[in-house]
Amino acid sequence: MIALVAALGAVAVITGLLVFTVDSMARATFLLLASFVAVAVVLIGFGLGYLGTVVILMMTIEMMIMVVFMVMLMMNPAGLMPMTMVHNRRGSWAIALVAFGLLTAGVWLVPFPVRASAASRGVTSGPAVGPDPTVALGDALMGGQMLTMMTLGLALLATIVGAVAVAVSRR
Amino acid sequence: MVLLAPALVVVAGLAAAAGAATAGEGPTAPVVETLRLLTKQRRRTLSDDPALARIGLTALPVAAVLALAVVPLGDRAPVDLGVGVVWFNAMEVVAWFAVWVVGWGPNAATSLAGGYRVLPLGLAYELPHMLAIITPAIAAGSLSPGVIAAAQHDLWYAVWMPAAFLLYLLSVAAMAFWGPFAAPLGRDLAGGAAAEHAGLDRLLLLAGRWMLLTAAAAMAVPLFLGGGAPPPITGPDPFPGLPVLWFAVKLVVVLGLLLALRRAVPMLRMARFATLAWTVLIPLAVAQALVVTVVVLP
Amino acid sequence: MTELVLRIALTVAAALVATGLYGALSQQSIVMIMMGLELVVNGLILGAGAFWWAGGQPVAASVLIVVLLTVMAVEMALGFAVALALYRARQVDLTDDAGELAG
Repeated sequence: MIALVAALGAVAVITGLLVFTVDSMARATFLLLASFVAVAVVLIGFGLGYLGTVVILMMTIEMMIMVVFMVMLMMNPAGLMPMTMVHNRRGSWAIALVAFGLLTAGVWLVPFPVRASAASRGVTSGPAVGPDPTVALGDALMGGQMLTMMTLGLALLATIVGAVAVAVSRR
Repeated sequence: MVLLAPALVVVAGLAAAAGAATAGEGPTAPVVETLRLLTKQRRRTLSDDPALARIGLTALPVAAVLALAVVPLGDRAPVDLGVGVVWFNAMEVVAWFAVWVVGWGPNAATSLAGGYRVLPLGLAYELPHMLAIITPAIAAGSLSPGVIAAAQHDLWYAVWMPAAFLLYLLSVAAMAFWGPFAAPLGRDLAGGAAAEHAGLDRLLLLAGRWMLLTAAAAMAVPLFLGGGAPPPITGPDPFPGLPVLWFAVKLVVVLGLLLALRRAVPMLRMARFATLAWTVLIPLAVAQALVVTVVVLP
Repeated sequence: MTELVLRIALTVAAALVATGLYGALSQQSIVMIMMGLELVVNGLILGAGAFWWAGGQPVAASVLIVVLLTVMAVEMALGFAVALALYRARQVDLTDDAGELAG
């Protein structure tokens, strides 16, 4: 499990960094998708088969919708002319590195309480102990977490209405 | 699992031969075409992106094999995934990305336009398709194709949810951008996304399309036609212990239906299909899912 | 061992968040800024998954992933709506050209 998380995590971070260094939008989109797929495979390795698969499904569709806008709006999507579209690169790097440092310090210094059930399972990625996580998620969303589900539904409805209202032509 | 890819190639090749025969060519046409493409050079265009295009070209057959991996071939799947239906859906969406990137790669106008046609096609067929595959899952109470197939021992889902079955057949053709939905490779665009690809690249694209079609047709068997079990009306099983045989027979029937669809329906314009999908097919799929949900509600 | 895996996964998540932060702050194109924001959410998804695995599989962690996926969809839809409105009004797709939005 350590090797899986470390290797796929490295893939996710490297492809994530490359998103902002390649000069072709098509390549940037592909690299972002690769980063998401790496994280999704880690989720599947953790035993979250349903959510990991949904991440792959949703992100592929989302990237495909992104490329419509990319060619519609951007002046140089293919990177045929060398150009950089960045501002305040040094400040952004500083903020990002400080954030990474703080988060990492927190990750390695805070003592995490690890549940016994997970610890006894050791490092295998075998069948999950306890109830099926997909069933548990469905039960929660349609039961105890119903308020979350309703809020998400309302937020999505508001998004549909708001996005259409903003985007339609007024002429 | 190791035999999956060659088996898919063989079945997709047979389907392509049958497809050539129904289109009025000799059934040997796919073999001749394969040998011809294997001997030809690949083609490059000015300021192209061959690396990205080849990633897409490779992704297409790989996605077809990964989608087939969760389909129970007979009584059990090569990889028995609990969320097989969702996995199948995710792998089939990879084809959108593959076709778009294949069209983008050569940096040519017709090719790019062909690649972009996969987006309206995908956005039109995807929602009816998702509802159509989730309807048998609701009825069986599971996302595993094996469990769904086993739940149909006395009534096939194709019989009591016919709308979902028909929508599934339609979306199989659409996800493989084939038959009436071949607009991304349309003749009006001089071949669309495939226009600038020759040799092995073209072979991967066209073979990948047949493999995707076959894999999706294979999924119809456990979802709607009872998997490897004999038809419920025959009484005793004439081939006991051979679920693979029943699976193959049903797969041939589904592929035959798809070939009939290609002969019956001309190529659709994407804008018209999108209108049809959002005004007729999605409400139909929702109604079908609602009826099934109300019936199976404990 | 479980704790080590958790810490490694969270470090990767922190790196993804930082990378996304860099992208969202430094890029000028609206589409690229949204890619940065999505990388941030990607890191959060990984973190939630790691806590689910190491923390005795609490269902709240998987609900959090569902919420994050919804956040991503909302961000995407509204971001493109704003980009489209901006482009209709002015034919620009860079944030620096939309200075009057600063108020």
